[in-house]
This record gives sequence, C-alpha cells and structure tokens, in this order.
Amino acid sequence: MSKKLLSGNEAIARGAWEAGVKIAAAYPGTPSTEILETIAKYGEVYAEWAPNEKVAYEVAVGAAFAGKRSIYASKHVGLNVAADPFFTSSYTGIEGGFVVVTADDPGMHSSQNEQDNRNYARFAKVPLFEPSDSEEARIFTKMAFEMSEKYDTPVLLRVTTRVSHSKGLVNFEDRVEKVVENFPERKETKYVTIPAHAKPLRIRIEKRFKDLREFSENIEINFEEINDKRLGFIVSGISYQYIKDAFPEASVLKLGFTNPLPMTKIKNFVDKIEKVIIVEETDPIMETEIKANGINVHGKDIIPNMFELNTDIIYESVTGNKPQIIEVKEAPVRPPALCPGCPHRGVFTILRELGLRVVGDIGCYTLGVLPPLSALDWQVCMGAGISMVHGLEKAWDDENYNNIVGMVGDSTFFHSGITGLIDIVYNKGLGTIFILDNSTTAMTGTQDNPGTGKTLKGEITNHVSIRKIVEAAGVKDIYEVNPHDLDKLKKVVSEAVNKKEPSVIITKSPCVLLRYKAKEKFTPLTVNPEKCIGCKICLSVACPALGFDITNKKVFVHPELCTGCEVCSRLCPTSAFELNGEPLVYENKHKIRGN
Amino acid sequence: MNKIEILVVGVGGQGVITASEILSEVGILAGYDVKKSEIHGMSQRGGSVSSDVRFDKEKVYSPTIRKGHADFILGFEILESFRALPFAKNTGVVISSDYKLDPMTVSAGAAKYPEALQDKIKALVPNSYFFNNADTIKLVKNPRALNVFILGALASFLPIEVDIWKKVIERKVPQKTVEINLSAFDEGYKIGKK
Repeated sequence: MSKKLLSGNEAIARGAWEAGVKIAAAYPGTPSTEILETIAKYGEVYAEWAPNEKVAYEVAVGAAFAGKRSIYASKHVGLNVAADPFFTSSYTGIEGGFVVVTADDPGMHSSQNEQDNRNYARFAKVPLFEPSDSEEARIFTKMAFEMSEKYDTPVLLRVTTRVSHSKGLVNFEDRVEKVVENFPERKETKYVTIPAHAKPLRIRIEKRFKDLREFSENIEINFEEINDKRLGFIVSGISYQYIKDAFPEASVLKLGFTNPLPMTKIKNFVDKIEKVIIVEETDPIMETEIKANGINVHGKDIIPNMFELNTDIIYESVTGNKPQIIEVKEAPVRPPALCPGCPHRGVFTILRELGLRVVGDIGCYTLGVLPPLSALDWQVCMGAGISMVHGLEKAWDDENYNNIVGMVGDSTFFHSGITGLIDIVYNKGLGTIFILDNSTTAMTGTQDNPGTGKTLKGEITNHVSIRKIVEAAGVKDIYEVNPHDLDKLKKVVSEAVNKKEPSVIITKSPCVLLRYKAKEKFTPLTVNPEKCIGCKICLSVACPALGFDITNKKVFVHPELCTGCEVCSRLCPTSAFELNGEPLVYENKHKIRGN
Repeated sequence: MNKIEILVVGVGGQGVITASEILSEVGILAGYDVKKSEIHGMSQRGGSVSSDVRFDKEKVYSPTIRKGHADFILGFEILESFRALPFAKNTGVVISSDYKLDPMTVSAGAAKYPEALQDKIKALVPNSYFFNNADTIKLVKNPRALNVFILGALASFLPIEVDIWKKVIERKVPQKTVEINLSAFDEGYKIGKK
C-alpha cells in the first residue's frame, strides 16, 4: 500500500475509483471542482461536466438505476439546483451504489451563502458521512457506496472547504470492479413515482431510517476517545482536527456518520463526561437533535453559529482566553480583482460610463461590483442575471426604466440562463442581456462547457452555439462584439437598451487565463511620465497591472502583469500610455461616467 | 525540529500554491507527517493567497496554522508578509520579497499602502530577511523561479537534506525549467546561509 499527499477532493475521487465507480457527473463549483477533474483521469470511469447540477444529478442517478456505481458532486448551492431529483431519489432508492457529494463553504471563501447542507440529509432522509481529512474522505466514500447498496438509498457525503482543499497523506488500495451481469429488470412500483407508488416508498424510508440508526450505533467511524473526564467534545467533520489541536487532553466523541445520529453512543459518552460541548460548523444540527433527546450538552451557547471555525476560535470560545499574538494595524485588505487583460473589464467600463443598472450572475464578473469599477447592482444565483432583469423592468412598467441590463457568462447561460431568456421573449420583456462568452468556466479554474467543443475527458465534441439558442428562443436583436473594442461596445449597448424588444449582446473574447495557459506573449503598455498628470482616471478600470507611484505622483505599469489590452489607455485624458514607445492616441475618449 | 509550521503568502498568480506543494513533498520525504491547506476559487483572482504547511514527526491534526505558531513566513509580496504576522511566532523567521503590488483598495483611493514595511516587520519579528525582487529575478533569470529561490532560502534554516529538496523540485517543476529552478534553489540557499 503506497501513500500519497492528496486533497480531500482528490481523495474522494480516489475512493470512488477504488469502489469501482463507473459514472461521475457534476457541474464545477468551488470547493467541489477537483473531484470530477481527478475522477476524469481514471480510464475506467465515464466522467462529464453537465450543463447544470440538476442534469448532472439525473445523469448519475440514471446510471445508478442501471445498476452501476455512480457519483454526483457539487458545491453546496449546486445541490439546491439538483434538489428536485435528490428528494425523490431518496424514495426510489437505487440499483448500483450512488454517492452524492456536497462540498460546503463555511465562511464563504468563494460562495454567495454558507448554507449547511447537512440539513439536506435530514430533509431528504438520507444517510450522511462527514470526513475530517483526506484519508477519511477516501475511506468514507468507499463505505458510502457499500451502504448505498445495502440500504438501497442515495448517500450524502458532506465535506467543507477545509477538507476539500487541504492535503494529507492517503493510503492507496486497488480498484474493485463491481460486476453487474444484466441490465436491471423493470421495477415500475419502485422507479415510477406516481402517488400510488410513492406512498409505499414513503413508508419504506421510515423502515430504512430505523435500520440505519442501528448501523450508526455500530459503525467504527463513530468512536470515542476517553481522556480527561472533566471536558469532552462531540464533533464531526473538520472540527475533530481543531479539537485535537486545541484540547489534546480532552475526551472526544468523533462522529463520521451523522444521519441518523447514534443516540445511545452519545448518551453513554455524555454520562461519562462532566461537561460536553458539541462543536459543529455553522448550524446546530447535532445539538438540536441531541437536546431533543433530553441529553444535557453545550453547543452554540459557546461555539459561534456562523462562519468557518478554526483551532483558535474554538480555543478562545471554550476557555475565554485570548492568546497574546503579534497585532498588525493598517494592512489594507486585498480583495480579488478581475485579472489584467480580462475581457469583462471593458464591459464594466462601458456600463459604468453609460450609467446603466446591472444585474449580475455567478462568475468572475461578480467582481465588477467592487470599487473602483462599482458597476453591478444585483446578483443572487446562477441564471438570475437574465430572469431578474425581467422582474425589475416589469415592476416599474415605465419607459424610463429600460436602463437595466443583465449579464451571464457562457457556462452560466447553458446552466440556467436559457429558460430566463425564453421567459423574456414569451412574456414580452424588453431586457438587454449580455452573454459574456469567454469560452470557459473561468471562476472555478477554466473548465470546459457545452460551448467550448471539448469534454471533461479532453475529447473533441459537438459545439453548442449560444447564438443559435438565442435565435431559437425568439430574440431578433442580437449583437456579437469584441469586449476590448470599447467604441463598438458603447455603440451597441446604447442601441440595444433603447430598443422596444429583447436584445442580446454576446461578447466574444477568450478568458485571459486561457491565453496565459497557451503561453501567449503580451506586449505591456508603458506610461510616459512627462504626459501623466496623475489624475488616476485610468485606475478606475480596476486593473492589478497598474500602480501609482506616490513619490512622483504618476501611474506606472507592472510589465510582468500587463497584457496590453488598452482598456485603461482609452480613458487617459492626456494619451500618456505608450505601446512599444509609441503614444496611444484614440479618436474617442472614454470617461468614468457620462458621455 | 519535531514540528515545523510554515505559512506561504502572496497574491493570486504568484506561485504560492506551487511553493507549498514542493514544500509538502519535501516534508514527506524527510519523514514527517504533513498537512497543508490552501484557498481556491474567487479569492484567488488577484486577492490575498495563503497556504499553510504543517510538519510533525508524530501526527498533524488541523491543516491550518494557529495564530502565533508559524515558525516561518514565506512572503512573495511584502504587504502580504506583513498581513501574515499574527500567525508568526515572535521568535520565528520571515523571508520576504520586497515586491509591492497595490491592492484594489489602494488603487481605488480607499486605503494607503503602508510605508516602511521592512522596518515594521523587523520590529515585530526580528529574524526577518528581505530580498530585492528585481535583482533576484535577474539573478535567477526567470520570474517563475522566484518561488524556488525562496524555498532555497528556507532550506538553509531547516534540518532537511538538500538532496531531498532537489529531488522534489526536479519532479514538480516543468521539465524545461529544471535547471533554472535548481540553480534558483542554490542561490536562495547561499543567501539564506549568509
């Protein structure tokens, strides 16, 4: 048995492969993305990026109905999109083992909320595993497949950012193929959920849950470590690691399987220990249930109920002591920013110049909200960048309120933008929609999507045309424009927002990360200090490649970062930017605001 | 040294993750249990990036470093090194580039880039060493080899054989850049020893 350093995500992929998984489907989303990227590298596994999580779930559960082992993975909010099939598949059960991975993001490192998806296990009445490091991620994934088949249920495996993106040593075992002789027989009372069938299935769930309770009491991954009997902790997931560092002398009941909870084991532990604190990230899920069983424990009265925990937070919450550390004042925060050369920068520059109100979506372009761009007004979830425009405009059914535009990315459009666009056409909306086509799913690390012509396995495939979909939805006013061409962009947007019909502007320019990857050589701009008047107007485009020298009060360019996209230089009132020593002078100047 | 905790910090795109990746593999070959933590996704886009690496001859539990526990801070950008100081032991070592990159909050005029950071860092952690970014790029001939240079400097403080470092670097960097990276490591090691 060899050992390797793997992330939690890589270890889940490894565990699934060892368990003989045949099918894997997902839509990318931080912190879950690397699960499928890793699984795709195993030749025995069919792995795909689906257009969205619901589709991914249905592909994976279909494979499980066909008798093969399959896995679905997404970030926490992704499971919201897949919630519909998730709930009903709990009723049907499966033929081949089916594991549903949710990668939650407490503390919202890269998410719009920090919902605790352990709630989903209770909500859908499915079993729940919570690994606390990479090796457990591998082992629990394998156990989850076994359990799925034994109890005829989808199994939820919940990890968090710290488990997904931390690395630890993992043992390797061989793959064991799951042999399935025949395609499954027809079982319509199990797999066709008309009410007459769903009712007995509902009863079956309760029976299954009772059996699982017994399993939870006996499974070896729910274990206690009895040390100091004055203080003990009940933990699941990453909290175990923090507790071992913060209180090495304390007793611990470590739960790797948490739905249903092993209530007898918990009672026995609490009886032995003077003071027991439940340490769980975000929601008091175990705490609520344990207290409802009349067991006296502490939890959220001591441990914070929001954001990510860590060793220090737990230690300080429990002891009330704040260790002496070095304090740093006046370190300005460094929020993320659009990359130098990002094609979205031009779009935001123009939208701000025209003073339009903008509905955003999930993707790098959300960064357009931050100062100094400050050009985004609303953003909720994937697809809302189109549908919400319609609601905003209909609410103020007045010609003066046609200054709202929406935006989605190429991958987001395939994900859930299409239905919103159909709604606008069907219900006589006037919305102007940007589809920012940068030929990739950028924010999660440049994954392929139906528009890129390549599959997750790296194969050449059919290319789904955004324009043809837009045309087929019934939009007549369609523009395609290079977002680095600010003049054209401005003209097109001004025209589109004033039309009395829905308009779609497809901006086409590859994500600059793809250009870095292709080792494209860039010629950086320079600033002529004689001409720069230090007005800082160029800095308003929020480019990390620009700096301001406080001694001579001039802007300068970091040559190692600049891609020469010329968005900043088009705002310069004195034409101080140069390319190859030649001044960049333009016919039309652009401003921060106003025409 | 039975326990070594190293915090690697910088700005998205600077090679922080690659450095911590090499570091972790070195720890394993040197016989430590190793865990490391890193941040992906949105925060990576030009924002602050940090990666925690923990070595322990026995067992590492949490993948993240507690405040006041880092033996070493490796900084690719000096404001990020400064920001990381709450994690440093005051007897720890800071090895940092003097490179400055304005955060958007500074470009937008909402904040000021702090001045005299080398002095401020040294006042808080006396064992702090800075290298001139531009000169070092010339010395190692490739800006992408800076992270291996800084690992070389770290290696001079650690009880781990140089051969182990070199073996891992050879495996982890692109084939074409092995030579440049190995000599960047040597330069870092030399400077560290001084």
